[in-house]
Amino acid sequence: MSDTADRVQKIVVEHLGVEADKVTQDASFIDDLGADSLDIVELVMAFEEEFGVEIPDDAAEKITTVGDATKYIEEHKG
Amino acid sequence: MRRVVVTGLGLVTPLGGDVETTWTNLIAGKSGAGTITRFDASNQKCTIACEVKSRDHEWGFDPDKRVDHKIQRQVDPFIVYGIDAAGQALEDAGLDEMDEALKQRTGVSIGSGIGGLPGIESESIVLSERGPGRVSPHFVHGRLINLISGQVSIKYGLMGPNHAVVTACSTGAHSIGDAARMIRDGDADVMLAGGAESTINPLGVAGFAQARALNMSMNDRPEAASRPYDRDRDGFVMGEGAGVVVLEEYEHAKARGAKIYAEVVGYGLSGDAYHVTAPHPEGKGAELAMRMAIDKAGLQPADIDYVNAHGTSTMADTIELGAVKRVLGEDLGGASMSSTKSAIGHLLGGAGAVESIFCILAIRDQIVPPTLNLDNPDEGTEGVDLVPHTARKREVGAVLNNSFGFGGTNASLVMKKVD
Repeated sequence: MSDTADRVQKIVVEHLGVEADKVTQDASFIDDLGADSLDIVELVMAFEEEFGVEIPDDAAEKITTVGDATKYIEEHKG
Repeated sequence: MRRVVVTGLGLVTPLGGDVETTWTNLIAGKSGAGTITRFDASNQKCTIACEVKSRDHEWGFDPDKRVDHKIQRQVDPFIVYGIDAAGQALEDAGLDEMDEALKQRTGVSIGSGIGGLPGIESESIVLSERGPGRVSPHFVHGRLINLISGQVSIKYGLMGPNHAVVTACSTGAHSIGDAARMIRDGDADVMLAGGAESTINPLGVAGFAQARALNMSMNDRPEAASRPYDRDRDGFVMGEGAGVVVLEEYEHAKARGAKIYAEVVGYGLSGDAYHVTAPHPEGKGAELAMRMAIDKAGLQPADIDYVNAHGTSTMADTIELGAVKRVLGEDLGGASMSSTKSAIGHLLGGAGAVESIFCILAIRDQIVPPTLNLDNPDEGTEGVDLVPHTARKREVGAVLNNSFGFGGTNASLVMKKVD
C-alpha cells in the first residue's frame, strides 16, 4: 500500500469507526462503510488537512470510494 | 385514568457509569468532586467540578458500551451520556428489543439545560482562527438539545413522541412530568424521559463563575465544596452526566410482567415571576409547585417520607427549606430531606432526572442518601432531618423531588411505591 493509501485508510478508520480491513481501495464510503453525505464532507476536510490539498466541492462530489480519494490526492498533492 | 409507572433506570454520573455503581457510592457517602481534569482550569476562579470519570477509573464511564465510535466523534458529551443512560434504562426495563407496534407507541423526551456548549466553544475558535470552511459539518446537530431524543429514536427505532425540554436546572424533572402526561393522555404507552448536561468547559465554568453561582472559596478542598444547608456553603459545584427513566402505562407494564419501581403520581409546575437567577425570597414559586404536585398525587403532606431537595449549596437553600416547611410542616412531618448535590454536584439539566432516580432507589431499598459536608447546619434547620453525612435506613413510601431553574422555573414530582 502506498503511503497516501495508508494515511487515507487511517483517517477513514478514525472518522467512521470501521475495521481497517474493510477500508479497501474499492470500498464505497456510503455502501460499504456506513457513511452518509455529511461524513463524506468531514472526510474530505480531513484529507485536505492531512495532505495540504484543496478538494473543491465539484471534485468532492465525485469521490465515492476510498480509491477515488487516494487517486485524487496523489494527483493533486504538492 | 391511565396510571404511569417507572420500569427502567439509567444513569451516568460523577459517581459511576451506571445505576448500581452510582447508588452504591452515593449511599457509601463518596464524593464525585475533584480538581478539573477536562481542561487546564488554572486561570479560572473556580477550578473544581464533579466530572464523569474516564473508563480507567474505578467508577468510570465507558462510552463504547452503547454509543458508536462515529457518533462519539460527532456530538457533544451530553448527547453521549444521554444515549448511554437511555440504553441502560431500556435494557433495565427489558425493552431493548421491541416489536414494530410497540416502537410506534414508544417516545423519547430527554432534554438538557444548555446543550452542547463545549462544541460551540471549540468550533467558534475554529471559525475565528481558520475560517468557515473548517467548521465541522456535524457542528449543528451534534450540539442541539433535542438530539439525545433524536439519536435514541434512531438507534432503537422509536416512533412515538420525540420531544426535548429546556428549562435550565428544572429540565430533568419537567421531562419526566411532561412525558408522564403524554402517557396519561394516550400519546404513547412507553416514554424514555430524563435530562443530560456536560458544560465543564472553559466557557461554561467561566460563565457560571461570573454569575457568582459557583463555589470559588474551596478550590483546595473540592470534596468539601458542595455543602448544602451548611452555614459555610458558598455556591454550587458543577456536575455532569445524565439520568433517564422508562415510564410506562401501568396496565401495559403489568401485562408484560415488568419490574415496577414506582408510580409517578404528582407533578407540579410554577414560575417565580421574580428574577432571572435569584429565587423569589419567600420561595413562593417553589411552594406552589410542591403543593400542586402533592395535591395532584391525591396525597397529604404527611404522606411524604423523603424529599430530594434542589439544595444547590447556595443561599437559595434556605429559601427552599422555608417553602418545604410551609408545605410539610416545621419538622417536615417526619420526612427526611437531603441534597445529593453534595456528592455529585449540580447536574443542571440532568439534575431533576438523576435525583428522581435517587428518589426511586430510596423507595426500592428503603434507605435515604446523605447530605455530605453538613458540618454546621445553618440557622433554620433545627428539627429538620437533613440526613447529614451518612445514609439512613427508613421507611420510604412516597417521595418528593424538587428542581428549580434560572428564569424562575420550578418543577416538583411526587412518586410512590406501588403495592
